[in-house]
Amino acid sequence: MSPSRDWSIEETAAHLRAGDVTAVSLAEEALARIAADDEQLGAWLHVDREHALTQAQAADDRLRAGDNITELTGVPLAIKDNFNVVGLPATAGSKILGDYVAPYESTATARLRRAGAVLVGKTNLDEFAMGSSGEYSGFRPTKNPWNLAYTPGGSSSGSAVAVAARHVPGALGTDTGGSIRLPASHCGVVGVKPSYGRVSRYGIFAFASSLDQVGPFARTVRDGALLLQHLAGHDERDATTVPLAVPNYLAACERGLDGLRIGMPREYFGPGIQPQVEEAVRRAIQVMKQNGAEVLDVSLPHTPYCVAAYYLIAPAECSSNLARYDGVRYGVRAAGDDLGAMYTATRRHGFGPEVTRRILLGAFALSAGYYDAYYLKALKARTLIRNDFLKVFNEVDVIAAPVAPEPAIRLGERLDDPLAMYLSDILTIGVNLAGICGLSTPCALSSEGLPIGLQLLGPAFGEEKMFAAAAGYEAMAGNEWPWPEVAR
Amino acid sequence: MSWETIIGLEIHVQLATATKAFCGCANRYGDEPNTNVCPVCLGLPGALPVANRKAVELGLRLALALGCTIHERSIWARKNYFYPDLPKGYQISQFDRPLATGGVLPVRLKDGTLKNVGITRLHLEEDAGKSFHGEGDDGASYIDLNRCGVPLAEIVSEPDLRSPEEAWAYMKALRRLVVQLGVCDGNLEEGNLRCDANLSVRKIGETGFRTRREIKNLNSFKFLRQALEYERDHQIAVYEGGGTIEQATLLFDSARGETFVMRSKEEAHDYRYFPEPDLPPLLVVDACVAHTRGALPELPWQMHARFVEQYGLSDYDAGVLTDNAALAAYFEQVAALGDAKQAANWVTGDLAALLKERALEIEQCPIAPASLAEMIKLIEQGTISGKIAKDVLTAMANGEGSPALIVAQKGLRQISDEGALAVLIDETLAESPEQLAQFRAGKDKLFGYFVGQVMKKTQGQANPQEVNRLLREKLNG
Repeated sequence: MSPSRDWSIEETAAHLRAGDVTAVSLAEEALARIAADDEQLGAWLHVDREHALTQAQAADDRLRAGDNITELTGVPLAIKDNFNVVGLPATAGSKILGDYVAPYESTATARLRRAGAVLVGKTNLDEFAMGSSGEYSGFRPTKNPWNLAYTPGGSSSGSAVAVAARHVPGALGTDTGGSIRLPASHCGVVGVKPSYGRVSRYGIFAFASSLDQVGPFARTVRDGALLLQHLAGHDERDATTVPLAVPNYLAACERGLDGLRIGMPREYFGPGIQPQVEEAVRRAIQVMKQNGAEVLDVSLPHTPYCVAAYYLIAPAECSSNLARYDGVRYGVRAAGDDLGAMYTATRRHGFGPEVTRRILLGAFALSAGYYDAYYLKALKARTLIRNDFLKVFNEVDVIAAPVAPEPAIRLGERLDDPLAMYLSDILTIGVNLAGICGLSTPCALSSEGLPIGLQLLGPAFGEEKMFAAAAGYEAMAGNEWPWPEVAR
Repeated sequence: MSWETIIGLEIHVQLATATKAFCGCANRYGDEPNTNVCPVCLGLPGALPVANRKAVELGLRLALALGCTIHERSIWARKNYFYPDLPKGYQISQFDRPLATGGVLPVRLKDGTLKNVGITRLHLEEDAGKSFHGEGDDGASYIDLNRCGVPLAEIVSEPDLRSPEEAWAYMKALRRLVVQLGVCDGNLEEGNLRCDANLSVRKIGETGFRTRREIKNLNSFKFLRQALEYERDHQIAVYEGGGTIEQATLLFDSARGETFVMRSKEEAHDYRYFPEPDLPPLLVVDACVAHTRGALPELPWQMHARFVEQYGLSDYDAGVLTDNAALAAYFEQVAALGDAKQAANWVTGDLAALLKERALEIEQCPIAPASLAEMIKLIEQGTISGKIAKDVLTAMANGEGSPALIVAQKGLRQISDEGALAVLIDETLAESPEQLAQFRAGKDKLFGYFVGQVMKKTQGQANPQEVNRLLREKLNG
């Protein structure tokens, strides 16, 4: 096995510049690793060898010519299948898209391509990014490389697994209620959910437009910061991106922990959190404290309303966003005697159970006579939740908390209990409701040998503080554990 | 007639922008189907809307002209429904927080009175695509998405209109306004203005409203009036027959001249409106409102009042002239060079008839305003008679030159010379001894005969006033 699989993005970039390896050879190696173990992992939906090698060749030309080289030039990356990448299939993990091929490019992937990254293929996900375990893919479940009997977390299951299994050093995901941080935590990689408006959503399949955000996966905090550096910034095609300058995130990673004020929200610890998870996170916070950080008790009193508010707002937006999948213009069309019957048959057969459940929930919450009691009330709760964070960020620089109440669950363990599944998002969705930034970085292995993540949150457009804390922790913790070897 | 008709109109105005409301596609009618489309207006997965600044400016201009209150912060909303010509499954519109509320459109009614029709609200939204059902040989439905995403301003009137005639006049006035403002091309055949009408009836003296029914898609002035007349008569007949009217949405069958039910109250859509999360609130700052208000042109009803005041025109003439901005401008150019009333008479009379005969618009008028003014001056100076002037006008329209040149070349100058006319009068009387005898015997009507004979001798060039005067002197003297 080539050593390249263990390289971070920064290391890969250094080797490419030194000429030790070529982008084509790295792409070939990534393709070989995917071919070797993805049948077991189910991380990828579409791998296009031709497409990957063409990009790699172009990257090698750039490297050779010394033409506009970036840290991503020649680096192989994975893209969640809810991004449009021109010429590649785009299904969002749903059967309703059929053999749909993206006719245009998302802004996020366009920026990575411009930097010279090699997009190896599209990764598996819970259908339309709705799910917390990776099991609701319309095609096949994704499995956790640390233990194939376990789920990897969702919805960006494939991207997290592709990085954890060292197919590629970095990947893109989307996070609507924890869909980057949760699988990052369960797979032992870094996952970053930027502030709402920091990265363009243009070209990603919308789930809940006011909550969706694009973000990177990587195996180091610095790599996560590097990827975000390339992704972030105003996009005239997304009216919700902000025209703020993008700070230097790699420089922020070097700030250290000294004087950093870290808040521990009491609602994110205690009952409901598995003791070994809480202990792991407390130990991580202790490491930061020992290295100069100041730790404060804080409160986010409206936390108990997060799940209820989220599971009204997100399904409401989803019920509208997914109306376009009607069998008229693209994707699969089922037969029906008239227009209404065709719509019904197409959507009944095309959508899986979780997507159907959320569309029904959302349509109900928005319907006449119920709007005020459900949707409007949820919006009010959202304001209170946002205000909680605003207040706390007056006192602290970052918030530290667990990502999930427990490590990864077993495959099939919760498929029949959607409510229990929704509760696994309890520690991540507040971030989306508030529009702030957050990341997950590994902090321990559980007694079963499964990763546990530390969640670090920053204020809206305060990614620098979040990266300073995470990189500071990563450097001081010195966590060393063997990467999983996928059983063959 | 013991019944009163209550009508309110919702008119969709296509805004004349270069590009669509939320993407960069051309906003152009008549192109090959499905050529002005992109991921955004096709509703492809992942595409996002960005509001067109120009569309907002045009909507703002229209709202200000209608005297509306402008809301500094308005909210885009999604109106959700399934239809094949609505690719996203929702229309981006405005709902509980529209751009503008509370205005007035002054409408000149047929009897010349001015009626102030209340405007409930004006909001911005996007158009849907266009469906063609079973028009081809294969009986299939076809969809053209060129129109999808075209910016619209929807203007909702108060239920202030009391007859189909008034509704017709309101829509005419609105079209006149949007064209004057340059916010819409105003071509009904191209669907630039589309109307939904709500109608109910009540016994005169009743204060509340009875159940109304909405007629969708009345896209010509003629159909608007026909549909409302039919629906009014239908509702009255139902009530007089002891029946009741159920709330419903109707369509108008123009071939049969009848309305019919498209969907009943039970089938009414629940549009599940909610704020559009892809677009931030629309902010229209005070400075922008002030600037737009300052840049408003003279509005049609203001122009009407000015024409009456400044030129001393009748309401009727002012109405005819201000009904069309180009006609009004033409008139003003003529009036600036001479007598305004004469200018009005010629522009609304002979010139209008000439244009109509030649199927020309005023913009294509072959006679320059200055030339018409010159011709009117020739009449005032007594150089030509009003009657001869009609021939001069035709010659001008045929490109035969300036009025003076035409008069000179054709020898049309009026004969006002007393001596010359006296000779002609003497000749005429000498040639008509019988008529003269009868006249002298008391047949006064024959005076006109002698005038006619003199005019005939001069091919109409004799000054009729002079001929009259001299002849009267001669016969009475």
